[in-house]
Amino acid sequence: MNRMYRLFQGRYAGLGSIVLLAIVLMVVMPLAFDIYRLNLAGRYLTYAFVALGLVLCWGYGGILSLGQGIFFGIGGYAMAMFLKIESSDPESTSIQTTPGIPDFMDWNRITELPWFWVPFNSLTFTIIAVLVLPAAFAFLIGFAMFKRRVSGVYFAIITQALAVVLTILIIGQQGYTGGINGITDLRTLLGWDIRDDSSRYLLYYLNAILLIGCLLIGRWVLNCKYGRILTALRDKEERVRFSGYDVANFKVFIFCLAAFISGIGGAMFTLQVGFMSPSFIGIVPSIEFVIFAAVGGRLSLVGGVYGALIVSFAKTMFAEAYPQLWQFLIGAVFILVVLVLPYGLASIYGRFGQRLRTPLARWFGDRKTHSSTSDDGLQEKRS
Amino acid sequence: MSSNTNFLLAIENLTVSFDGFKAIEDLNFYMDESELRVIIGPNGAGKTTLLDMICGKTRASEGSIKFRGKELTRMREHRIVWEGVGRKFQTPSIYDELSVFDNLEASYPRGRSVFGALAFKRDDEVLRRIHEVANEIQLQTRLDDLAGLLSHGQKQWLEIGMLLIQEPELLMLDEPVAGMSVSEREETAQLLRKIAKGRSVIVIEHDMEFVASLGGKVTVLHQGKILAEGDMQALKQDQRVIDVYLGH
Repeated sequence: MNRMYRLFQGRYAGLGSIVLLAIVLMVVMPLAFDIYRLNLAGRYLTYAFVALGLVLCWGYGGILSLGQGIFFGIGGYAMAMFLKIESSDPESTSIQTTPGIPDFMDWNRITELPWFWVPFNSLTFTIIAVLVLPAAFAFLIGFAMFKRRVSGVYFAIITQALAVVLTILIIGQQGYTGGINGITDLRTLLGWDIRDDSSRYLLYYLNAILLIGCLLIGRWVLNCKYGRILTALRDKEERVRFSGYDVANFKVFIFCLAAFISGIGGAMFTLQVGFMSPSFIGIVPSIEFVIFAAVGGRLSLVGGVYGALIVSFAKTMFAEAYPQLWQFLIGAVFILVVLVLPYGLASIYGRFGQRLRTPLARWFGDRKTHSSTSDDGLQEKRS
Repeated sequence: MSSNTNFLLAIENLTVSFDGFKAIEDLNFYMDESELRVIIGPNGAGKTTLLDMICGKTRASEGSIKFRGKELTRMREHRIVWEGVGRKFQTPSIYDELSVFDNLEASYPRGRSVFGALAFKRDDEVLRRIHEVANEIQLQTRLDDLAGLLSHGQKQWLEIGMLLIQEPELLMLDEPVAGMSVSEREETAQLLRKIAKGRSVIVIEHDMEFVASLGGKVTVLHQGKILAEGDMQALKQDQRVIDVYLGH
């Protein structure tokens, strides 16, 4: 029983809620939903990667990025390029002027696979690209911004502008990118049909496992000294700088980590949904990602996941009935959360959990030793 | 004037101007090892600006600041800290949302790079040092509390503790007793005298009683220049000092 209790206390705080989330994702949801709904949930869970990244860099690091769609998009497009090349084999594209290249290239009178598409023939390269490109791009942005001490609103506006620039670039270069339609009609991965039910189950589980993995990485980072420096520099950046830390490097790292996690989400989106388009990169999705994190709780890693699931499901149900009203509703929800629940749904859980934990703690005797619980104050919000 | 490397800190011909206004003008300032120096002066004399320039927050327009013979004027802020210069800000600057323990640990001088902070292990040496400093600043019973819950005086001590744990060779304190009660002032004076053993300390202060209780040499700044330097008793007789500062 003591061990059970420790799940909710001290260094194990937060781990309990991750275990609970894993059970919800891997047992409850597959049992409760049919494959159509489960696939939908899988799609929403790919947004949860981005929300998780935002909890890290916005919630803990104080770096609000309104351009996380960029990294989701880079991961998604990298995967889509690989799948598109595979589905464009000469046989199935024999009616094209130039068989063997993606259909939209043929429509735009391109006769050869562009050079930057060529490496995406390889799955190994694609996976590396998914894992490295978003973080590398984030490094460039972060290094340029944070070394010059751009922060706060200015940083948010610049990231948003970059998201718009990338969207315009993709839409404008139709022949190379598929334009506004995106890269569509993706069917197989190394000859394996990604659209039948069994592969959808498999991809859903892969997605859930990767998400839990990213949660554990996030939790580990926050529990390190690094995590406390991150919180410290959100509150008193000068004090951190004059305690001997190169603040810019700390910001670049968390921004890159958030981008890395978002990129994985993007690639899993492409695999589960079967297409990728600029509508998942621009302003609207980038702000939606922030709303997911805010509703779930920007200081709660699992909160970001629940936020993404709940808001997305609400959007699907509500938008089916009243498509025009959705934008107003989500706006109202966002304002409400900011005003009433600044730490999101997770703070409700936190308060309730506190009421549950206090009698438990009394029952098992006061086991507080500060070597393991010195960051309890944070852990509560973090749980 | 050539710089003398026997001094711990040698500031020569230092000038900084903000849009033509010279906050510090052609200032020369020297400090020995293990010296306790108090800087006084009327508002706008350039006291805080001087500390800002030593720690790299404000960059010099002209002149040099040498710490153990190393030029600080072009060094990046965190490097200056690595050289052994610690700075306490005027308003208590602590991490409200972290516990007292974490505040001290976040200032511990190991794991200062990103990957160093990720690999940082809270070993016995770290625990020992945190408890040692917590004892010194009398917060040993508050280690688990959030720093935001401390009283104003305790916050000031915590920030001093966060600097002590870095074992700086030069400690700069900007009005450490502002807003403190009488008994807190006495305890702080005691703490500072203890801290000053084995390291150099610069204190900016307005409270004359407190300055007198610290002992040590006093520098009077006025309009970005040094007006007088010496011990407190001598300065009290100095007509220029009385005119610009002590008189009112």
